[in-house]
Amino acid sequence: MDKPEKTMMKGTDAIGEAAIQAGCRCYFGYPITPQNEIPEYMSRRMDEVGGVFLQGESEIASINMVLGAAAAGVRAMTSSSSPGISLKQEGLSFLASLELPAVIVNINRGGPGLGNIAPSQGDYYQATRGGGHGDYRMPVYAPASVQELYDITMKSFDIADLYRTPVMILGDGMMGQIVEPIVMHARPEVDLPPKDYILDGAEGRPSRIVKSLILDVRLMEEHNWKLKRKYDLMRNELPMHEEFMTEDAKMVVVAYGTAARIAKGAVNRVRSNGLKVGLIRPITLWPFPDEAIAGITKRAKVILVFEMSTGQMIDDVRLATQGKVECEFYGRPGGVVAAPQEIARIIERHWLQKEL
Amino acid sequence: MKKVFTRPECLKRTPFHYCPGCGHSIIHRLVAELIDEMGLRGKAICVPPAGCAVLAYNYFDIDVCESAHGRGCAIATGFKRALPDRFVFTYQGDGDMAAIGTAETIHAANRGEVITSIFVNNAVYGMTGGQMAPTTMLGQKTTTSPFGRRSKVEGFPLRITNLIAQLDGAAYVTRTSVATPAKVMATKKAIKKAFEIQLQGLGYTLVEILSPCPTNWKMTPVESFKYLEERMEKEYPLGVFKDITKD
Repeated sequence: MDKPEKTMMKGTDAIGEAAIQAGCRCYFGYPITPQNEIPEYMSRRMDEVGGVFLQGESEIASINMVLGAAAAGVRAMTSSSSPGISLKQEGLSFLASLELPAVIVNINRGGPGLGNIAPSQGDYYQATRGGGHGDYRMPVYAPASVQELYDITMKSFDIADLYRTPVMILGDGMMGQIVEPIVMHARPEVDLPPKDYILDGAEGRPSRIVKSLILDVRLMEEHNWKLKRKYDLMRNELPMHEEFMTEDAKMVVVAYGTAARIAKGAVNRVRSNGLKVGLIRPITLWPFPDEAIAGITKRAKVILVFEMSTGQMIDDVRLATQGKVECEFYGRPGGVVAAPQEIARIIERHWLQKEL
Repeated sequence: MKKVFTRPECLKRTPFHYCPGCGHSIIHRLVAELIDEMGLRGKAICVPPAGCAVLAYNYFDIDVCESAHGRGCAIATGFKRALPDRFVFTYQGDGDMAAIGTAETIHAANRGEVITSIFVNNAVYGMTGGQMAPTTMLGQKTTTSPFGRRSKVEGFPLRITNLIAQLDGAAYVTRTSVATPAKVMATKKAIKKAFEIQLQGLGYTLVEILSPCPTNWKMTPVESFKYLEERMEKEYPLGVFKDITKD
């Protein structure tokens, strides 16, 4: 991998390979469609690099195996899809409180319940609002191409170590299954703090404890504020987004992941008809790119949020824009993947109605 | 002068929070003595339960990682797979091991994870105030089986140790008791054997230890030790159920 060259790669494989390149040496997971190619890829690759691949007896067991490996100081990950991610929420809450690094991939499928195996964005709330119990947050990335899946998976391990936090990559069935050309690369050098918290046997040092039970409410309060200070730091340092044709836009579409790719096609279409429409694509869903979204209010008159759900991210858009601009919503929940033409029609309708 | 009795080095100078007559204090001491005697402190990682022994990290002067209720064997699996040359053990109660953590326990055993589980069975949920456990005996009154456990309503007591002995991944499976000093010494021998088998990398090892809970049994410590021997040991016969170094 000295010379960057393009290779065709499937989304799930890009996640797996990036994790391997990032030094992930423990993968624990349980089969669920549409993400089975990740454990399948990892079962082969971990063997080649001398890492650990283990198919757990459940998602619950798998996330707790991740917890053990992370506490042992090894880069660890798991992946699943919506119903399986629900089962992992207990473990996510513990990882957050124990301040252990881990990477969790959710290839979001149609829900609620068993739902279906089609691409969906119904897990936005679960991903960005904690999901598990207690007052915690967790960085959530929403890549929109195979290259970005690769880059962000690689980056996630550093973010997890840097802030000692679980990190979620929120994809969907489309992101997992598409095959695109990508450039693979080695992990860039990152300054990371020493892992002085790990449990590997107290040889020549005082024994250590990894725990989240804090019975003294004042100390538990302080632990919560300590986490909050860390989350504030993340809010300052982590937000990422992409802007597309927003400079002169009177209307801006906000969409992430697969929905953003569809929206981009729609923006290109309406642009060819002379409509000044742009796109903002949040890459981090938590922390949300508030400033970038707020920036729209200075230029555009209307925001159209497009999600493959009944409307979840729109709450964050409204919070970021503070009512300074009209927010419209269009959603296709349940696993339906809209075509760009459909979104273009919605954009045109709003354009005419608002007399832009 | 020769010192004949002292606190184990890997037991912190913290008074146990356990109730008078509770078996946990005895079992903690046995584990600590063995870690000292076998020179394991520098490579030991303990995963205690959510349950009465949740505070084990206040007592064991070794690396300790908390677990969510029932997840001990999964977390221990993570540790052992990540660091195969370390010594990893879970310390669990009956609710943790045989109710909410049944899947984690059975599958870790069946995979032959090279870990040891110290399973303290006192037939009730102790920390939460004496509710019915999977191991509660028929007729035994608890706060959630106030009429005594009835097989037709609450089902039968679960002998998970006997179940685990059937699994190919299990290397050493035994049940002991702390009812008398002799049985305490036998328990120590059993734990030592389990630890040795783990160090040899032979598979999953489990020591179930029958232990009194005078507080939730509503007995004096003396009565509870008598009940332990006369009632509980009948329901849960002591013995070695599997030992691949002998079979």
